[in-house]
Amino acid sequence: MDMMKKVPVREQDPKVRATNFEEVCLGYNREEAEAEAARCLNCKNPRCVQGCPVSINIPGFIMKVKDGDVKGAYDVISEASSLPAVCGRVCPQETQCEGKCVRGIKGEPVSIGKLERYVADTAREMGIKPQMPAEKNGRKVAVIGSGPSGLSCAGDLAKMGYDVTIFEALHKAGGVLVYGIPEFRLPKEAVVEKEIDNVRALGVKIETDVVIGKSTTIDSLIEDEGFEAVFIGSGAGLPKFMGIPGEQALGVFSANEFLTRSNLMGAFREDSRTPIMRPRKCVVVGGGNVAMDAARTALRLGAETHIVYRRSEEELPARREEVHHAKEEGIIFDLLTNPVEIHEDENGWVKSVTCIRMELGEPDASGRRRPVEIPGSEFEIECDAVIMSLGTSPNPLISSTTKGLDINRRACIIADEETGSTSKAGVYAGGDAVTGAATVILAMGAGRAAAKGIDEYLRAK
Amino acid sequence: MFKILTKETLAPSIFKMDVEAPRVAKHALPGQFLIVRVDADGERIPLTICDYDSEAGTVQIVFQVIGGDTHRMSQLEVGDCFHDVVGPLGRPSDLTEMPIEELKKMRICFIAGGVGTAPVYCQLKWLKKNGVEVDCIQGARTKEIIILEDEMRSVSNLHICTDDGSYGIAGNVCVALQQLWDEGRRFDRVVAIGPMIMMKFVCQLTEKLGVETIVSMNPIMVDGTGMCGACRLTVGGEVKFACVDGPEFDGHKVDFAQAMQRMRLYKTEEGRLYLQAKEGATHHGGCGQCG
Ligand SMILES: Cc1cc2nc3c(=O)[nH]c(=O)nc-3n(C[C@H](O)[C@H](O)[C@H](O)COP(=O)(O)OP(=O)(O)OC[C@H]3O[C@@H](n4cnc5c(N)ncnc54)[C@H](O)[C@@H]3O)c2cc1C
Ligand SMILES: Cc1cc2nc3c(=O)[nH]c(=O)nc-3n(C[C@H](O)[C@H](O)[C@H](O)COP(=O)(O)OP(=O)(O)OC[C@H]3O[C@@H](n4cnc5c(N)ncnc54)[C@H](O)[C@@H]3O)c2cc1C
Ligand code: SF4
Ligand code: SF4
Ligand code: FES
Repeated sequence: MDMMKKVPVREQDPKVRATNFEEVCLGYNREEAEAEAARCLNCKNPRCVQGCPVSINIPGFIMKVKDGDVKGAYDVISEASSLPAVCGRVCPQETQCEGKCVRGIKGEPVSIGKLERYVADTAREMGIKPQMPAEKNGRKVAVIGSGPSGLSCAGDLAKMGYDVTIFEALHKAGGVLVYGIPEFRLPKEAVVEKEIDNVRALGVKIETDVVIGKSTTIDSLIEDEGFEAVFIGSGAGLPKFMGIPGEQALGVFSANEFLTRSNLMGAFREDSRTPIMRPRKCVVVGGGNVAMDAARTALRLGAETHIVYRRSEEELPARREEVHHAKEEGIIFDLLTNPVEIHEDENGWVKSVTCIRMELGEPDASGRRRPVEIPGSEFEIECDAVIMSLGTSPNPLISSTTKGLDINRRACIIADEETGSTSKAGVYAGGDAVTGAATVILAMGAGRAAAKGIDEYLRAK
Repeated sequence: MFKILTKETLAPSIFKMDVEAPRVAKHALPGQFLIVRVDADGERIPLTICDYDSEAGTVQIVFQVIGGDTHRMSQLEVGDCFHDVVGPLGRPSDLTEMPIEELKKMRICFIAGGVGTAPVYCQLKWLKKNGVEVDCIQGARTKEIIILEDEMRSVSNLHICTDDGSYGIAGNVCVALQQLWDEGRRFDRVVAIGPMIMMKFVCQLTEKLGVETIVSMNPIMVDGTGMCGACRLTVGGEVKFACVDGPEFDGHKVDFAQAMQRMRLYKTEEGRLYLQAKEGATHHGGCGQCG
């Protein structure tokens, strides 16, 4: 075995998986996991841990994997993370833990994400559960939103003995994990629902179909329903459009609509009642994880799919693995390209998009080189669907109905990073609602920090 | 669970139900809507809130069978439950935010078409309770499908019209409005709720008459909370999401041609699915029924 290289992980063949919604990556088995774990040098000063936003004791759990002690490894991870089966699958490891691993200097880093996933999946199969709650203290805390931040905050508070209720606007719990990230990357029944069941097993109640700001308000939860503290983990779900001509044509969707229909409503299944367009040729605008997910969904629904992104490959914000998988499956990348107009046929359906070529100029505020149009380089891509994946911002439903809750210019709730406290006493916030669209692990970390903050606040009260 | 407490057939394929939904009932106001799912695999179906009793914790819906899920809803009986009811969604009618004294001075004419009658009733009832008197034109194709007549009469100065002249004024709601106008009646505001095509023609007429007009838009929706953008409309040249910015808008600013085109989005797929379900193996397509 070449110690400079990762133990390869088994994946579905690209040609086969391009036509189904089953998970792409099949994960390590025991031998593979133990062989990969043996590559870890158990560093004294593990740089990988600095790269993990929640500081999982990475060599600690990997050594247990090497010794075949999955339960021990799971306990080590659980000290820092409550969603390892999810994070092992969706974290951008190449810029976080694995990006810092010393093994990566000369060869390939240790496959930390795949090992984390192996531990979480195996623990689940073995029926290992997270530790049970302490004695109930009877104090009520409300959590708004059931995404990674809300689930982790609720789980931690329940373990501390609080009586926690999650309020979720949609009919199913999980946030982006159920409505956004597709089945072929994150299986819903096998993984996400099990993680949510674990949170329920801690005694957390989940009330779906409650839109805070509409069905009730934060002030009313506190004044009328006896909640002593509230955590807001409502995410950043408001989609952006480009504002170019033709955007109202039939066949133009936000990535959120397309993915929600497919994932939350199950429209990718032939027998689903929810309609979804099965495009022939589809243009997805954007270069993030959301764009990759929309493109790979459209591809699986039968479309020739193009990603149109205004910067170059290097700047693609999506995880490396997703870009790699997308290419393997046959997604066409039109880089340094930006749409300027969408054209309709006589019935109002999309028939083509005019794009313009871009080149990279001076670095902008984000430090990335700013794309500028090349005059006269317009060309047309013929297609019947366009999916806009340009990023999202927090929904104003909560901030506009909660007195004394401060937000910034980008509509994000202002909260303390350490404790999650906001400008309003007893109200805490974290995850995408605070940072704008970010990552699962950051949202989870923020939820856990806020659980500590809430506990301290309520003990002092 | 969201239990059905009453069920009534108002006209062939139009049903009225009272449903237990305490959180929705407590915060609902006229003009808002809710979303139901009939069962665990159900579509998210938006319906206007037609009445609510915050004490009893119930809301009233009136719906017409259009396709698969409204058909499934019509099969539910008293004692059965909806899998989900979420709301109230959207903004309340701006009438509910005006000072009552001002409302009492306003001359308002509501125009109700088809199932749009039910949401109009909700607003009329609220106005009546607050001592505001208004006119209402209620239109239908024919006498048989006029719904809620007694209720409507009890809360407004009602003018009924039918396209075929089988009851009331002969002609559509625009004919009726023009007739009132010609008789010398004047209005400061028209509120039109019904099929999009009706609202469009009402707006064309009131633009000529110079009367401010509010319409209630019902585009295709998914989440109803501003997350998907499926419900977007162009109003006064700006993109608006009907589920959070509406559903009520200034009718003279709505781009109806575009809104009506967007309604067709899932007609093909939808119709196909429904016909497939209904006709099973006998459905081979090609008859043109499913567009
Ligand atoms: C398609 C897609 C792919 C992604 N891929 C990755 C990836 O590969 N790796 C990664 O790390 N991150 C990825 N992300 C980002 C990641 O999913 C988010 O950063 C993370 O989910 C944020 O968690 P959250 O708990 O803050 O919010 P969310 O997951 O957004 O959950 C918020 C929840 O709150 C609910 N809610 C909102 N408003 C209200 C209200 N008023 N009342 C009640 N409930 C409300 C929402 O319905 C939702 O369920 C992806 C995101 C998307 C959309
Ligand atoms: C804000 C709002 C308020 C409404 N209030 C009422 C009401 O009080 N009474 C009533 O009878 N109907 C009302 N409607 C219309 C009602 O939602 C549709 O008739 C219903 O969704 C059709 O569902 P279906 O499965 O039976 O039909 P299908 O034709 O099988 O269609 C199902 C799919 O198409 C969408 N769809 C089809 N027609 C419509 C439509 N007219 N509007 C929105 N989405 C549609 C559905 O969301 C669903 O995705 C309202 C719509 C909106 C947006
Ligand atoms: S949580 Fe994410 S960043 Fe941390 S070790 Fe796991 S995969 Fe790496
Ligand atoms: S940096 Fe790499 S080799 Fe060192 S402990 Fe972390 S995973 Fe193991
Ligand atoms: S229905 Fe999704 S944004 Fe309005």
